[in-house]
Order: sequence, then structure tokens, then C-alpha cells
Amino acid sequence: MPLNMIVCCKQILDPEDPPASFKIDPASNKVIPPPGVAPVVSPFDEQAVEAALKIKDQQGGKITVISLGNNLLRDVVKKPLSMGADELILLEDPAFEGGDSWSTAFALAAAIKKVGPFDIIFCGRQAADWDAGQVGSGIAEILGIPSVTVAKKVEAADGKAKVERVITDGYQVIEVTLPALITVSNELGEARYATLKGIMAASKKQPVVWKPADIGVEPSQIGEAGRKTKLLKLFQPVKEGKCEVIEADTPTDAGAKLAARLREAKVI
Amino acid sequence: MAENKGIMIYGELIEGKLAPITSELLGGGRHLADQLKEELLCILVGDKIDDAAKKAISFGADKVYTVEDPLLKDYQTDSYVAVMEKAAKEISPRAILFGQTAVGRDLAPRLAFRLGTALAMDCMELAVDPASKLLQETRSVYGGNARATFSSDLLPQMVTVRQKAMTPLAPDDAKKGEVAAIKADLDPAKIRTKVLDTVKEEVAGVKLEDASIIVAGGRGIGGPEGFKQLEELAKIVKGAVGASRPPSDNKWVPESWQIGLTGKIVSPDVYIAVAISGASQHLAGCSGAKTIIAINKDPEANIFKEARFGVVGDWKQVLPAFTQKVKELVAG
Repeated sequence: MPLNMIVCCKQILDPEDPPASFKIDPASNKVIPPPGVAPVVSPFDEQAVEAALKIKDQQGGKITVISLGNNLLRDVVKKPLSMGADELILLEDPAFEGGDSWSTAFALAAAIKKVGPFDIIFCGRQAADWDAGQVGSGIAEILGIPSVTVAKKVEAADGKAKVERVITDGYQVIEVTLPALITVSNELGEARYATLKGIMAASKKQPVVWKPADIGVEPSQIGEAGRKTKLLKLFQPVKEGKCEVIEADTPTDAGAKLAARLREAKVI
Repeated sequence: MAENKGIMIYGELIEGKLAPITSELLGGGRHLADQLKEELLCILVGDKIDDAAKKAISFGADKVYTVEDPLLKDYQTDSYVAVMEKAAKEISPRAILFGQTAVGRDLAPRLAFRLGTALAMDCMELAVDPASKLLQETRSVYGGNARATFSSDLLPQMVTVRQKAMTPLAPDDAKKGEVAAIKADLDPAKIRTKVLDTVKEEVAGVKLEDASIIVAGGRGIGGPEGFKQLEELAKIVKGAVGASRPPSDNKWVPESWQIGLTGKIVSPDVYIAVAISGASQHLAGCSGAKTIIAINKDPEANIFKEARFGVVGDWKQVLPAFTQKVKELVAG
């Protein structure tokens, strides 16, 4: 049976950028984006798209992607389309900026209500920038639907989904009634690459852009204004001390010397 | 609504017994409660709570609430959120602390949204602001590249705490405390999930999360054979073996060995990083280690910025000699 699926995708700074290029502006408590480095779709969200595509491959269906932000780069946010998603909705406005899990989930839930009936909403387990891990559960709570988090496999049949949920040293198989929200973890596996055909198709598609008024929310409820958490301080931890590099004539000697030094320092 | 008072620990249980994270949270929570001059509360939820309530008191709780019901046998989002919503409203604590575990990271966000309060996940440090009595919550963000301190004046404040970020107190069996039962009042029709199966991957030896010494390998190990040598060292020091993302993605090691933002978060006493370059997303999983030791042939590798001790050299030459010497020292 074809399913109606929604995937929430966030545009973020590339988490694979080298740590040395990571800088913070302490005055504004904001990250300074490294110059000349393109943002990406958060990898967990790409895997959420992959989970939806796997179901679409099997039984057909429609995948609507929703991204929230301001000045979103079309080449970045269109990637799910080039992977095989069908539609892209952008919640794009300065008022959407600077949100926390609360204001983000609130806006996404309002947009999902406007999209209409769905079977499954997929989200990444967390965004790979703030790593908060709350938006998926928040959307489910606002919409009053069940949620299963940190999935590594999802199958759907007869109005239910069977989800393998990652737990410590293993997984649980959970059956959930649809409609439901499922957050996806990296154990699902690498997301597929965009095909040339997909890229061509995506380039012809125009995203639908919704403003706060289009989804019936007040600017005071979203973005910075809608936050429930206050960010007091964003900082880079000071690395304590320097590494004591053990020198010796040969690597073998260095290995033995390291062991002796660790014993001396009561580390082992 | 009643005044919000007390620090409440969500006491995770494993087969009716306190999970290690629970005694850690009780230890950390005790300090916070003492600073606030308020009580340390603990809530235990399950189908069979043996003497866990007594144990929670011995680890520092002043008052333990128990919610026992056959429907609470397995953790399920709907049933546990419903029970915790009821308990949070009845008890009205100032703050609720959960562990950043498979249960905590599912239960806490959904409960926070239901209670209309704010939550900070995976906290490494909690402090009390004396003037406002509010918790200040510091957590790792941007894959470990930065830390952020949050607060919120919405009560109860909610946090999940990274494993091993807090230290348990020595248990005191003579400590007195109160135990009170809360009724679950669950409606089975409102539980929209069913646990069909639980599949455990057997781990030989020490589990990564419990290990005080971890030997971890990276891309530079080159294949599954190399990890045999890491296992040998781990066995000698009674530790566990882990890996960064590339060995796991390349299937050289099981998925469950992966340490990092996308794997496990560990805080051992000693972390021996072999042929690991030190990408932020990996460091996010191991930067809580007390002492990091790096063996890497690249002197510019990022791991040396985190490490306390290191050797610059090819691990294939360094490690066997290191292992041999450690073996002698441990035996001697």
C-alpha cells in the first residue's frame, strides 16, 4: 500500500569540517561559519529521507520534505529531492531563525497540519549541530501521535509500522499504529547518493515557500521569540595541558616507554 | 499548583535493580539538593521494584516514589510518559534528572513537551544559580566542538545527564528515607506501541559503557585483523575495545563498538586511541575520558590536542611493545 510520508530536514554547517576551522563569536554566542564551506543537510536527516525512500521503493508512496530556516541554500535543501523525494516545502522567514527545540517543533507541527493527512513523519534522531534530539518527539506530542525514536529499520503494512529501535547492545522490535513519528539513527546505513536523473528532476522542481502566516503561527511563537530555553553561554572547552609525547630511538622503545610512564603516573 | 521543590531523579531500573546511571544521578543530585537545602527525590517505574527503593535511599535519596504496574514491564513511550506526567504533577519537583540512555532520551523530550517545560539533553555539568535557584545546564554541542550552557525559568526544569558525568556516593545502608507508592492508573487502550522482541547482541568481556579502560582503533588499523591486537591489550587491562566511525562503517567491527556522536558516549578513566585521527564527532564520544592516550603516526593529528600522553609512530610497531610492557607491569 502506498504511504504518505513527511521528512523534516535541517540545513546545518558541515559537521565533517575540520575542528580547527570551528570558531565562536563569544559576544553573540554564535558560531562563525567557516568561509567558503557549503552547509549540508544534517546527516541523520538524510538517513531519515533514506528510510522513507526504502518504503517508497517497496510499496510506493509520496515523500514531502520540510525544511525550516532563513536564506536556505536551494542546492543544499533540494538534495532530498535529488535522492528521490517528491516535494519540498520551505518554512523560510527571518522569524524562523534562532529557535530552540520548542519553537522549531511548534512551527514544523503547524506546517505538517497544513500539509494534510500522512502515515509516517520521519526525523533524524538529532540535528548534527545543536545535537538536542528533541524536535521529533516534540512534533509527535504536539500532533498527539505515537513516536518511536532512534530507529535502524522501518517497515510498514496494514496501518502499522514495525520499527527496529536501537538500545544499548542491541535493538527492540516495536510495532506502532500509524500515523506515527519515527526518528532515524545512523545504524540505518548510509543514505543513497543522488542520481544524475534525480538531480535533473530536482533542478526543475520549485520548493513551496511558507511564511509564518501561511501556517497560522504568530512570530512570537516561533524562532528566537518562541524559545523556552535561554542560551547563557556558548564556548569552546579549554584543552587542559599539553600532550606529553614519549620520545625514544625506535617506535618499539617508545611503546615500552609509554607503558612505563603510564604506570609511573598511576594511569594503568 | 503546588510550589516546585526538590530535585527528582528518574531512577532507571534494569530487571528491577537500580541501573548504574541511577546511582550516578543520585550522587550528583544529592549535591544539588544540598545546595538548595531541599530534598532529593527518586522515582522508580516498573512492573516489579524489589528492594530498589531501599537501594536508592542508601545512595542518597530522601524520598522514593514507586510506580508498579504489570503494564510497565517494558519501557514504552506512551505508558511511561503518562505515568511520569501524573507523578510530576503530584510531586511537583523543582527539577527532574534523567540518564542519557535509550530510555531517557526517548522519555524526557516527550514528557517535557507534555508538561510544557524546557529540557536540556546529554548534560555534562549541572550547577545551581544561588540567586534564582535555577539549574544551569552545560552540554556538548556541534559534535563536541563547543559547549553550551542553558537555563530556563519554566519548572520543573528537566535534563538528561551523560553517563559517568556524575559520581555515585558510597552506599549507606543505615540511611533513613521514606517510600511512597503512586498508582499508575494506565489505560491500556492509550498505549499505541507493542514491544514484539528484544534482541541483545552478546558482548564478550566488559561492556564499553562500564569499562574503566577502553582501547579504541580508527581507520589506520586497516582491517579486522588489527583489532585482534587491540583486543589482546584490552584483555590484559580488563578493558573493552571500541572504534571510531570508519572501522564500524567498513564492518571491520560490530556496530555496537562505535564510539562518537553517532555511536556510544563513554567516559572511562583511560582511553587508549590507536590510529585514531580525532575527528570532533569521535571526540564527542570519548572526551569525557579522564586520561586519553594517543598512538598515531601523524604528529599533527587532532587526537594529540586531546591526549595527555602520546607516541608518534606506526601503531604496528608501537602497540606490540606497549602491550608486552603493560602485561609485565600488570603481572608484576
